[in-house]
Amino acid sequence: MKSANSVRAASVGVGIATGLYGISFGALSVTAGLDIWQTQVLSLLMFSGGSQFAFVGVIASGGLGSVPSAIVSAWLLGIRNGFYAIRMAPILDLQGWRKPLAAQLTIDESTAVSLSRDGVEDRRKGFWYTGISVFIFWNLLTLLGAFAGELIGNPEQYGLDAAAAAAFVALVWPRLEGLLTSVAAIVALVVAVFTSIWLPAGLPVILAGLAVVILANLIYRGDKA
Amino acid sequence: MSVWLGIIIGAVAVYSWKFVGHLVPRRILDHPRVAATANYLTIALMAALVGVQTFTTKHAVVIDARFAAMLLAILLTAFRVPFLATVAASATLAALIRLWF
Repeated sequence: MKSANSVRAASVGVGIATGLYGISFGALSVTAGLDIWQTQVLSLLMFSGGSQFAFVGVIASGGLGSVPSAIVSAWLLGIRNGFYAIRMAPILDLQGWRKPLAAQLTIDESTAVSLSRDGVEDRRKGFWYTGISVFIFWNLLTLLGAFAGELIGNPEQYGLDAAAAAAFVALVWPRLEGLLTSVAAIVALVVAVFTSIWLPAGLPVILAGLAVVILANLIYRGDKA
Repeated sequence: MSVWLGIIIGAVAVYSWKFVGHLVPRRILDHPRVAATANYLTIALMAALVGVQTFTTKHAVVIDARFAAMLLAILLTAFRVPFLATVAASATLAALIRLWF
């Protein structure tokens, strides 16, 4: 599991698994009233699944007048990429033009594969391979979804929604070293699931993150005292 | 506002988080407290994603085929089954459960 080949295999695998979700996005976006070009430009430039789903979701329910709130929703949901960027920056240690490029590829999947590896070299490879692989598959399958989404039918029928969750399980599990990280993961999961009942999509995940940050800092202060 | 303008502003807004995160100075990130927090936060965000993707449908908490798929994913990962096989097996299990029940 630790050779360059396995990093590459994991990256391509995550790219395909995520890309399949891109089919749903393409189909949903066209159904929401965006054209194929608009759908494709969202995947190319916004390139963050949660934000993109929120953007077209708000327009689907609110029409043209809801474009400003679609922007705000997408923006709020994108905040976790900022946290990933903070985590990834010291690992990648980039200068010049590579920094803005890495920023665009800083998403759930590239961060997860990177951190599931040991050693700076493999972590960097994991980030770049996965970022590029997801970018390619996500965009190709967005296009496919926009053209043919309605023919393919419900992605849940093929278990594709479970594939996304399984992928994150496989990536996070090896990082649960020790009691504290496991507790952090369980607290976050429970908070996110139960606040989903009241909060709009995307916010529960951010709230769960904040809860863990507060807990972690309380415990950290306790260590120092 | 036109959809095109919304797409451009939205894309820049989403990108701004990613870029600003990469600009945080190294000396702040090297602070042990910040490093520890960033580590917990990343794990928390991913665990929260797993939770939402597995246990929620819109605003309801549900236990369905995805839960079985998640358990299988944990089992296969614990036994060091390769990533792609784990994901494929989990998706297949969810699809089969939905087909049968």
